[in-house]
Amino acid sequence: MALPPEAAGHAAESSGLGGGGSAAKPGLRRDSVVIRFAGDSGDGMQLAGMQFTAESAMAGNDIATLPDFPAEIRAPAGTLAGVSGFQLNFSSREVFTAGDEPNVLVAMNPAALKANLDDLPPNGVLIVDREAFSEANLKRAGYAKNPLTDHSLDKYQLFQIDVSKLTNNALHSTGLNNRAVFRCRNLFVLGMLSWLFQRPVASTERWLEGRFKKTPELLNANLLALKAGYNYGETTEMFASSYEVGPARIVPGLYRNITGNSATALGFVAAAVKSGRPLFLGSYPITPASDVLHDLAGFKNFPVYTFQAEDEIAGVTAAIGAAFGGAIAITTTSGPGMNLKAEAVGLAVKTELPLVIADIQRAGPSTGMPTKPEQADLLTAMYGRHGESPIPVIAASTPADCFDCAYEAVRIAVTYMTPVILLTDGQLANGSEPWLLPDPDKLAPIKVELATDPNGFMPYMRDRETLARPWAVPGTPGLEHRIGGLSTEDVTGNISYSPANNELMVRTRARKVAGIARDIPPTSIYGDANGGDLVVLGWGSTYGSLREAVTQMRDKGKGVSHIHLRYLNPLPSDLGAQLRKFKKVMIAEMNMGQLLKLVRADYLIDAIGCNKIQGRPFKVSELTNRITRALEG
Amino acid sequence: MATALTRKDFVSDQEVRWCPGCGDYAILSQVQKVMPEFGIPRENIVFISGIGCSSRFPYYMNTYGFHTIHGRAPAVATGLKVTRPDLDVWVVTGDGDGLSIGGNHLIHALRRNVDLNILLFNNRIYGLTKGQYSPTSEVGKVTKSTPAGSVDFPFNPITLALGASATYVARTVDVEQKHLGDMLKRTHAHRGAAFLEILQNCNIFNDGAFNDLSDKAIKADHQLVLEHGKPLIFGKNRDQGVRMNGQRAEVVALGNGVTADDLVVHDETNLALAFMLANFEAPLPTPIGVFYATSRPTFDGAINQQLQDARAKQGPGDLAALLKRGDTWSVG
Repeated sequence: MALPPEAAGHAAESSGLGGGGSAAKPGLRRDSVVIRFAGDSGDGMQLAGMQFTAESAMAGNDIATLPDFPAEIRAPAGTLAGVSGFQLNFSSREVFTAGDEPNVLVAMNPAALKANLDDLPPNGVLIVDREAFSEANLKRAGYAKNPLTDHSLDKYQLFQIDVSKLTNNALHSTGLNNRAVFRCRNLFVLGMLSWLFQRPVASTERWLEGRFKKTPELLNANLLALKAGYNYGETTEMFASSYEVGPARIVPGLYRNITGNSATALGFVAAAVKSGRPLFLGSYPITPASDVLHDLAGFKNFPVYTFQAEDEIAGVTAAIGAAFGGAIAITTTSGPGMNLKAEAVGLAVKTELPLVIADIQRAGPSTGMPTKPEQADLLTAMYGRHGESPIPVIAASTPADCFDCAYEAVRIAVTYMTPVILLTDGQLANGSEPWLLPDPDKLAPIKVELATDPNGFMPYMRDRETLARPWAVPGTPGLEHRIGGLSTEDVTGNISYSPANNELMVRTRARKVAGIARDIPPTSIYGDANGGDLVVLGWGSTYGSLREAVTQMRDKGKGVSHIHLRYLNPLPSDLGAQLRKFKKVMIAEMNMGQLLKLVRADYLIDAIGCNKIQGRPFKVSELTNRITRALEG
Repeated sequence: MATALTRKDFVSDQEVRWCPGCGDYAILSQVQKVMPEFGIPRENIVFISGIGCSSRFPYYMNTYGFHTIHGRAPAVATGLKVTRPDLDVWVVTGDGDGLSIGGNHLIHALRRNVDLNILLFNNRIYGLTKGQYSPTSEVGKVTKSTPAGSVDFPFNPITLALGASATYVARTVDVEQKHLGDMLKRTHAHRGAAFLEILQNCNIFNDGAFNDLSDKAIKADHQLVLEHGKPLIFGKNRDQGVRMNGQRAEVVALGNGVTADDLVVHDETNLALAFMLANFEAPLPTPIGVFYATSRPTFDGAINQQLQDARAKQGPGDLAALLKRGDTWSVG
């Protein structure tokens, strides 16, 4: 069957799909494919991307995703400011990142094309909604000429599809208005790509049924659009062939796809359940942290209390009140909120109450780029308070790892009676990956023993091992006592302005936090356990890029290793010794070198910085280039 | 009820460190005195404060107590009360703590109607920081930070609380021990955010700020004690009243044909009347007592009801089921 004329595009000689072969050959297998959906922020690209991710997960692929959306909810339609993107990497191998560059770019309008085309390599597959390239839209995107007709896209495999018209035709019978029909375009595209990559659409259908339970006419329309897209792919033979990306060989078990924010919320719930206490979240909405609040608000029966406070300060102080009362108390925020909460966190340090402050970092300073990730709050977490107020700090490295880290943050908080800061970021928060579901029975125990014995009770009498003070909650007869921000006497907790006592208390709290190092695993080295030419040290969401880059270097025979930190305060006690085994230490972070400062200060190791502050994760190629230079230098 | 407690049971072992002659002593004493009447075990009572002279209060109560940070006591108390509705939670704050740095938390606690007993000690001055003007200081007030007189228009704590949709708003005076005790009991009896302004003398930095209400020689002519269902009568000889002249209140002498029947009768459930009373200025007297009291579901009650409903509907939380929620797939 001949290709329809619009499908001929400017097909190139080789495919952009995973390299080698031609797009025209049937039954093509690919190890991995990176797709980026891009459109106006109202085009539903996040939704299409997330559903494609769910379908890929159900198909058994390993996946990593990177949503990229503007801070404006609805920037003027058709403008560059309003472009929203969702990139996903699905593979039959283990994947660590959402991919440096897409093999397939879906551009729903000229602005989406313009904003994303630079990332598409030559021969990459480019799918556009031809009708969206109207004169007005071209002008809004700043195109003087239509790129679809001026041969500027010749180096790509261009597929021009009349998505709007085809969706319209498919939904003709529904009687929906134009606007409602237009909003189903994303489902048409999803259907089409689902066919192209042999994704089962059952999970999307189920999701739609849930989403539009109360509006059957919209459910019907979306299902029609999905099916129309799928059938279009199958029957028009525009793509000549579909692609197969086989299931990945991953650890056996039961999986689900999870975003970092959802994993964070579940980690908190799990920790509360395991400690036998209610969960309380005090929070003020802030991008990109709000989804943790949304998720937890749905778990009331556990019980989970969520309190949308009047401001960031009330979020944390209400949590402190709940902690005083015996709840597992959490507050969630992002950078600017960290500063607002700082004074209250100092109170939690002084009163030694368990509290977890989750900072879903975003690009700053100030409002910065609220939807983009950054790692520039590390020193804020470490030192951003008045007085001597050390706090344990832990950081999640992948979306699923957010579960473990949220859980661990609570464990440390209640075991040591201390506030704990959990760092994630916008990339982890909204990115997703398959998550091997943990067995609740096998989670580390969280032992909470509330004080009940009035005999010899003193509010600051410490546990010999952990140095934790007792958690004595109101309602317990005989333990009536007062706590507060004023300097207080060791053991009794009575107000004291004694100079020596003040130093004792400051040093004791520091010793308590430092002592947590005995309770955390030693440094784990990926690569040369006995040392080598260079070790890349990182923390947080850079994990995937760093691991992939180091793997690629090792595949080339380079003596490069990787250490990724979960515990940033205290650091693992063997870290200095492990780093010294390597000739060079490179610290890669999405900031100006904050861990670098800590490592230099703590270990006097003259590490090399590798830094990016663009609100975007490292590309693997950027890292391998930098590592190569460092090895040569 | 267990063995009856006495005033002494509520006295902590800590030395009280307010300045000699401070109005706070009288308030502390009265609170300790009325506490046993509530029949609540000490362990179920919590006093939460912010920063300022008044906020030292919890240290002197032999209950649970939390001296928090400046202005945040209502928020801390909200977190506690929501998760521990079994507790009797008191907030002690001042005009600086509650109306300046913590104004936001106070109004939100009031409009949410968190079941708290909020005592705002109003001395119209910053005492702990040694004498700057406060958000209730009068215009023209000369203080260390306003040598040429304050140009800040003050808050009226009663209208602020009414405007924040508080369900209970009252005022008393530190030295009026009987009235203070009665007000503490009324305040405690209210379900929801109960706001009690206590006019309190700072004898160091703002001595005599409320003389007209506390000086025995003159107070009866300035003080109007509000009582629900009773006409507004005041004066040493109870010979003056407040009546409406059109839409405005005016002072009128009783006698010469003017009787109690001509006067405004106090109605605690009338919000418009409460606003009018709260805005009384000389020659109208200064009302003390309950301006406004109404009933509205409490925030803590509603949240806990939602949790109960969820539990009734979905059963207790099942962690294994929660983790598996959504689309899952098996590998191997």
